Amino acid sequence: MSSTINRRDLDFLLYEVLNVEELCERELWSDHDRTSFDAVLDLADQIAEEKFLPLAAQLDEHEPEFDGEKVHILPGVKEAHEAYIEAGFMAAHVSNEDGGMQLPLTVSHAAQAIFSSANISALAYLGLTKSAANMLDVWGSDQLKQKYLPHMRSGRFYGTMCLSEPHAGSNLADIRTRAEPQEDGSYRLYGTKMWISGGEQDISENIVHMVLAKVPGAPAGVKGISLFLVPKYRLDENGNSAERNGVNLVGLNHKMGYRGTTNTLLNFGEKEPCVGYLMGKENEGLKCMFHMMNESRISVGMGAVTLGYAGYMHSLQYAKERPQGRLPGEKDPNSPQVNIIKHADVKRMLLQQKAYVEGGLYLALFCDKLVDDIRTGDAAQQKDLAIFMDLLTPIVKAWPSDYCLKANELAIQVLGGAGYTRDYPVERLYRDNRLNPIHEGTNGIQGMDLLGRKVRMNDGYGYQLLVRYLNETIAEAKNTEPLNEYAQSLEHALQALSATTEHLTSAASEDIKLATANSTVYLNAFGHVVVAWQWLKQALAANRGLAAAQGDDQDFYRGKLAACRYFYRYELPQIHTQLALLDQLDDTCLNMPEASF
Amino acid sequence: MKILVAVKRVIDYNVKVRPKADGSDVDLANVKMAINPFCEIAVEEAVRLKEAGTATEIVAVSIGPKQAQEQIRTALALGADRGIHVETDARMEPLAVAKTLKALIEKESPDLIIMGKQSIDADNNQTGQMLGALTAMPQGTFASEVKVADGKVAVTREVDGGLQTVELNLPAIVTTDLRLNEPRYASLPNIMKAKKKPLDTTTPDELGVSTEARVNLLKVELPPERQAGIKVPDVDTLVDKLKNEAKVI
Ligand SMILES: Cc1cc2nc3c(=O)[nH]c(=O)nc-3n(C[C@H](O)[C@H](O)[C@H](O)COP(=O)(O)OP(=O)(O)OC[C@H]3O[C@@H](n4cnc5c(N)ncnc54)[C@H](O)[C@@H]3O)c2cc1C
Repeated sequence: MSSTINRRDLDFLLYEVLNVEELCERELWSDHDRTSFDAVLDLADQIAEEKFLPLAAQLDEHEPEFDGEKVHILPGVKEAHEAYIEAGFMAAHVSNEDGGMQLPLTVSHAAQAIFSSANISALAYLGLTKSAANMLDVWGSDQLKQKYLPHMRSGRFYGTMCLSEPHAGSNLADIRTRAEPQEDGSYRLYGTKMWISGGEQDISENIVHMVLAKVPGAPAGVKGISLFLVPKYRLDENGNSAERNGVNLVGLNHKMGYRGTTNTLLNFGEKEPCVGYLMGKENEGLKCMFHMMNESRISVGMGAVTLGYAGYMHSLQYAKERPQGRLPGEKDPNSPQVNIIKHADVKRMLLQQKAYVEGGLYLALFCDKLVDDIRTGDAAQQKDLAIFMDLLTPIVKAWPSDYCLKANELAIQVLGGAGYTRDYPVERLYRDNRLNPIHEGTNGIQGMDLLGRKVRMNDGYGYQLLVRYLNETIAEAKNTEPLNEYAQSLEHALQALSATTEHLTSAASEDIKLATANSTVYLNAFGHVVVAWQWLKQALAANRGLAAAQGDDQDFYRGKLAACRYFYRYELPQIHTQLALLDQLDDTCLNMPEASF
Repeated sequence: MKILVAVKRVIDYNVKVRPKADGSDVDLANVKMAINPFCEIAVEEAVRLKEAGTATEIVAVSIGPKQAQEQIRTALALGADRGIHVETDARMEPLAVAKTLKALIEKESPDLIIMGKQSIDADNNQTGQMLGALTAMPQGTFASEVKVADGKVAVTREVDGGLQTVELNLPAIVTTDLRLNEPRYASLPNIMKAKKKPLDTTTPDELGVSTEARVNLLKVELPPERQAGIKVPDVDTLVDKLKNEAKVI
């Protein structure tokens, strides 16, 4: 049983709130039912707990080393990977014909969440491999697919994503890596990639890099970027890893967290020739990359949730066992100390974490289910859902990586001095999670994406959908006695957000710099409204469940209702201050002269 | 060679067990259940014998409520070929289980029966032995190694003084100890395949077995909470306390 994610909560979200069982009525998933979903999650629990979790602290302490020739990673990582791969998790989402289990994304991601809460930095190699394989599946030629895909699905080869360069992170338009076409149809690559996760390791037989580069003469900016498959070892006629390709490790980056995942500076074509193969068409590289963007941004958000969740579980356990102090009003110095969970302020810290991590978990699973619905659901709705998903993409990436990171900070605070030591996992979880606001588009970039593009796309249709879906939930909650207080707060919040959104979008046509100057503030307020909505959905389900519940179940549902109340009383009201600032088109930051800092 | 493996549905070993409020039994409401760890070892051993070419068919049996089919499915996902569920809501004591298994053995004629030495819920450690007595089959209990050859099975047993190896004629009964093997994980493809493997159901009635309890369960309660330890100044005090307070020497 997972000790880093509450399985009761996961089951609640999957079966009682999202009703994933309805997916089994669709042709694609008709072989499944709750028993197979449960079996997948049970298995994930078991392997995560036995193979991934015990390694997490060690891996953090003994980060991979580069001796100038080879990278050395703790052997336990390979062992954990083998268990994961042999159990079939690498291909859980892949179709039956291709040797997979044909699971809906919602369920395969839920299983993934269990692993990442246990040890995200050991898991990252496998997640990257899956993404690279999915990309190959969609954009690779038949020949490339035939040669590489089965080995990536079977975990014999791993994969990476090579986008960033030392001078081009947020802004990929400026990448310089070059790909020169050869007579045989392949390309030669030259350049340097920075921050590449899993760029070198001693676990898999071969590494398949997905590399963004520019072909000479290509248009400037993002329109001139192409995608290439670049193996560490080129394959011989029999498909075996043979000659070394010219991808070289310059060095490892020494990171604050996520230390089990190597992070590399790679040179391409510096010494030996570096052969690459085009994926998709020339100059359509970003399109290929971003085809998978929704799923990869959900994954980052989910990763952030799981780290926050693990911290919450740990601090909760600690608070139940740590005696300290007496309650206000207790004057007898001989009375026993109470466990800290009895103190109101500690409860606040726990409830805040609970509201963030359980809210975040639902947000990520909700988006997974959207992806499943877009793929198989009611045809009339698919287009709407796709537009809605695009709108939520910056939220599902940024909100958990901001707020579940806050949860990690609170977990440290709950443990007091112990939380600040490396004897407890909460500081590591914080360090691991600190990456998530940075990679896969910084949260600053997500704010720009939301306010500068997403809310305005399709004449604001995505936003109109949001209003429609929220109003449906508001109407339901208004008729549900204990929840109508929240329905009203949400209605009020939504009206305020809509007014601000309208104001900012019209201001943008006059002065885009001023209108987007506070886009991160907008992102936070928007995210809080979305999560408040989703807490109300959770509360509606909990309220239904509570009617017939007993014992532990009763406590569980009451906990959900309390977390919802916390979110509405402590969190949601904060947006009104943020929206007021946005409404004024505040230029304090925008017009701060550089010299005055 | 056909192997019959018995698997029991028990509270998951990670769960902290609680009695019901009225003390009438253990509280099973909303508690995570799993295959008994010793039974999992039994399944693993059978699967290894099949992989080695020694066994040809593995039948997994579970006796218990409807949900015990989940544990049969687990056994099927680990490699058993088919399942038999004997459905009953009765509190099955070792003797009733042994009688049920005997009835199934008469129908199925397995060459080897592998089962856990005990289940982690009731800790009786009786069923295998009773089954041996009822069927007059030889038994090798607490197995840490099992070798099948020439119509015989050699079972290395973990006994108090060390290891003892016995050789039994087939058909025989083996009960597993913890060190016999390390069970594998199921795999996702096998979980899906398990859904399609045959699973027959029957009842103790149909098998002509009485499930009547022979033991009255009077009360279930938690053990007294452990007191904090103390430091003693010297060995004499320690001996004195062991003698007069703890009364253990
Ligand atoms: C541990 C780790 C793993 C990584 N793994 C990979 C990987 O596997 N593959 C890969 O390709 N990359 C990877 N990255 C790179 C990551 O995606 C980049 O770090 C990220 O995109 C930011 O780029 P940068 O570091 O160059 O920062 P910069 O782009 O220089 O950003 C610095 C700051 O400026 C802000 N900023 C930049 N531009 C704007 C703008 N237009 N408007 C407002 N604010 C702006 C940013 O929000 C940020 O706060 C990884 C990074 C880390 C730290």
